[in-house]
Amino acid sequence: MSTDSWETVIGLEVHCELATRTKLFCGCRNAFGDEPNTNVCPVCLGLPGSLPVLNEYAVELAMRIGAALHCEIRASSFARKNYFYPDQAKDYQISQYDEPINVAGWLGLPGGSRVGVTRAHLEEDTGKLTHVGDGGRIGSARHALVDYNRSGVPLVEIVSEPDIRSAAQAREYASELRGILVATGASDGRLEEGSMRFDANVSVRPLGASEFGTRAEIKNLNSLRSLGRAIDYEAARQMALIAAGEPVHQETRHWDEAAGRTESMRSKEEANDYRYFPEPDLVPLAPDAAWQERVRASLGPMPADRRAELVGLLGGASTGAAADQIRAVVDLGLDPLVRAAVTAGAPAALALARAANELAAEGEAGLILAQAANELGPGADSPFTTIVVMESGGTLSPTQSKAVLSASVQAISADIKGGASVTAAIARSDPAALAKEMGFEALEADTLAAVVTDVIAKNPEEWARLVGGDDVTKKKLRGFFTGEVMKATAGKANGSEVAAELGRRL
Amino acid sequence: MSGARELAAAVRAGERSARTVTEEALAAVAAGDGEVHAFLTVMGDEALAQADAVDAAVAQGRDPGPLAGVPVALKDNLCTRGIPTTCGSRILDGWRPPYDATVVELLRAAGAVALGKTNMDEFAMGSSTENSAFGPTRNPRGLDRVPGGSSGGSAAAVAAGFTPLGLGSDTGGSIRQPAALCGVVGLKPTYGSVSRYGLVAFASSLDQIGPFAANVEDAALLFDAVAAHDPRDSTSLPGVHPTTLEAVRAGADHVRVGLCPDLIEGCAPDVASRVYEAAEALSAAGAKVDEVRVPEFAYGLSAYYLIAPAEASSNLARYDGVRYGLRVEADDAAAMNTATRTAGFGAEVKRRIMLGTYALSAGYYDAYYAQAQRVRTLVVQAFDRAYASFDVLLGATAPTTAFALGAKVDDPMAMYMNDVCTIPSNLAGHPALSVPFGSGADGLPVGVQILAPALAEGLLFRVAGALEAGAPRPGTRS
Repeated sequence: MSTDSWETVIGLEVHCELATRTKLFCGCRNAFGDEPNTNVCPVCLGLPGSLPVLNEYAVELAMRIGAALHCEIRASSFARKNYFYPDQAKDYQISQYDEPINVAGWLGLPGGSRVGVTRAHLEEDTGKLTHVGDGGRIGSARHALVDYNRSGVPLVEIVSEPDIRSAAQAREYASELRGILVATGASDGRLEEGSMRFDANVSVRPLGASEFGTRAEIKNLNSLRSLGRAIDYEAARQMALIAAGEPVHQETRHWDEAAGRTESMRSKEEANDYRYFPEPDLVPLAPDAAWQERVRASLGPMPADRRAELVGLLGGASTGAAADQIRAVVDLGLDPLVRAAVTAGAPAALALARAANELAAEGEAGLILAQAANELGPGADSPFTTIVVMESGGTLSPTQSKAVLSASVQAISADIKGGASVTAAIARSDPAALAKEMGFEALEADTLAAVVTDVIAKNPEEWARLVGGDDVTKKKLRGFFTGEVMKATAGKANGSEVAAELGRRL
Repeated sequence: MSGARELAAAVRAGERSARTVTEEALAAVAAGDGEVHAFLTVMGDEALAQADAVDAAVAQGRDPGPLAGVPVALKDNLCTRGIPTTCGSRILDGWRPPYDATVVELLRAAGAVALGKTNMDEFAMGSSTENSAFGPTRNPRGLDRVPGGSSGGSAAAVAAGFTPLGLGSDTGGSIRQPAALCGVVGLKPTYGSVSRYGLVAFASSLDQIGPFAANVEDAALLFDAVAAHDPRDSTSLPGVHPTTLEAVRAGADHVRVGLCPDLIEGCAPDVASRVYEAAEALSAAGAKVDEVRVPEFAYGLSAYYLIAPAEASSNLARYDGVRYGLRVEADDAAAMNTATRTAGFGAEVKRRIMLGTYALSAGYYDAYYAQAQRVRTLVVQAFDRAYASFDVLLGATAPTTAFALGAKVDDPMAMYMNDVCTIPSNLAGHPALSVPFGSGADGLPVGVQILAPALAEGLLFRVAGALEAGAPRPGTRS
């Protein structure tokens, strides 16, 4: 049986931790990485007699997510999902069940297709179990430690329709959703800190079939890479079963990242009966029209809008490479820098390339410039704009521009690590002075001319071949002469000026 | 011991010290509680420290509050910081809450002195206080009788004269029924008028904290002190600040009283007779009494015994041995949960957890839990209909006077029937009050129940004040 004749059907459930200051039902800090069991109180420890009180800002963020995903925001309520587990302080989870706050939305993928969003509802996170003992694996642990700092952290669970057809598309969906969550301010988007976690419902069916195959739900997917690998593995596993004439069972499977495979956790028959019923300690949640309107009006541009704006800056067309750059720049939130540079007169393609390649390569340090741009607002001086404008004006060669950009970003980052505010660090940075310090002063035109003359004199044979050669030879030798001029000027020459000077000699 | 109002007035005027009052109360408990067993924990040192703080305030010319120096008994499902809070269960063995319930804070702010924690049916499940893991409480009016339940300890503490005031909780009658059986006043307030923060939950949509007192005025005094909006309880009503004390002497003139046979006909003849006499007393006091039928009340008991266990099955899940209370070690976490819960819960609690788990299970939810909620709506609508023509309803509190210890322990259905008259008010979230009115054939107290719409506690206290004034002298048991 060929896999070409099969289709994979995927629905994703994404748990997003909301970027609130406090937890969903109490005033404890919502923070990652604190000392275990320090952000706890009677409510999030589930002590007898304690009662939940809903965090209004968490509701606001849930509504922002709903609005960004084109959902209907509606009157909702909370329920109790009952099951025993040591990481769960009350042995039930407060979650929205039959009346979620957001329903019937969709998410547009950069490739153009739409994935339906069934619902996006509020619920509380559980504590975190650490299995201690032989190897730290669940089956072999001798005991477990519970950290309730995460207990009661607000989550929005975003459930997609089974509209996704490949691992790559699933990754695209997850990545786009991440961008939207960050853009709404609902999430910091830090996958490595568990801010987003994925469950994937995977089934396979013959191409053209209208009915779904039996699905497996895969848990424990904490990165885009795991998500893609797990779906590919699971689809192949199911196809192999069917090819061998064996049934696919409806079950929950655990992704083992190290082994690169999914393993059965529990079958449908073993599934918990959660005994949902309305949470009597909370009152129904019905955001009025005015609140919904305020939330919709306060939403900034979403990633798709921001990509479209960059395409516009490029003149309306975007080739494959430019599209990738645009996506990367928006994913990293670097697009305000590009817009500012373009406004200051830099060519869009150049600004985009420097952001997508050089700035992105600086990691966290590069993102500081974007953070500063957001804090200081459009129109503020940005080192990025200064450097890109210097390059486009010929003051810096591309090589020099890249070096100055990197040095500038590293200096600002070090300044902030040393205690300076973002604003102060940006204000203190002076790319022009830095370029001078690095010896990147533009060569005077007659100095360049003298160097070119000298280089031609030293390489008469090559010059003759350049003058008389075919196109391929010419291109090659132009590169040779440019390199020699750069060597002679210790990189200070501007590449385009060298090309112009060589052109004049030909 | 004198009434709470007189005590508070004397303490505020500097005529009596709160310390003396507290010492007398502690001495009364030491002398008498051996046979009654109203208390699980006596807060001797804490009570005296609190009394001294009240006296210091008086000495400095500050007002210690309307309950200055008045001892109050607390049902042991109210969280008290650093003081064991057992809910009458082994499963909370060793647990000391790190916080005070809102009512406990309010009592302290009003100058009251928490005297101790009182006995109760385990997790408030029961009508006789015999389901306590720490042994039963005896009825001070007849030591071979139960005090009722589940707040039997607080009712008995007031009836025995250990303290003028007590707090209990009422999920299906757990304040009113023991008040009736012990011959004291007990109020189940409007749902949401007294904060549940720090009340260990039995059935969250029904639970409500309320006062016990030896007389109607003292019950009003205590209710006024603990009823307040609390932002820590999402079901707490905004703008609650009752002044029921002034209603007690306002009389029942022109109050439209609906005498409700559906809250009388299932009762013993002597109890029924007292209720009809109470109606006559109210007529004599100027009330307009008429009969009103509310047949839907008959379905309340069945609905209650699905809704309350369903909520309890979830509320009591947290007692799993992981974080606090009892832990019975076993090979893995699930086995430890089972061993802990098997050892820690008594038979009645286990019965209700099983009932409630079943009622919420897939495939049964609609037939049981959802159907019970529909019946609950019917009961609410029936009340609305009755209150279109009446200001309050009148019926019995409990079907009989206090029954003998052990008489119903092996017959859960007979025990559940004790709540048949009190449950409708819990289902509707309405207030209801039990006030002593004469005695039964056995000489034991009878309580009559007054029911009112939400937030109409003032009317309850008007009628209760009139009934108290018109009641026959309490009988003594032959």
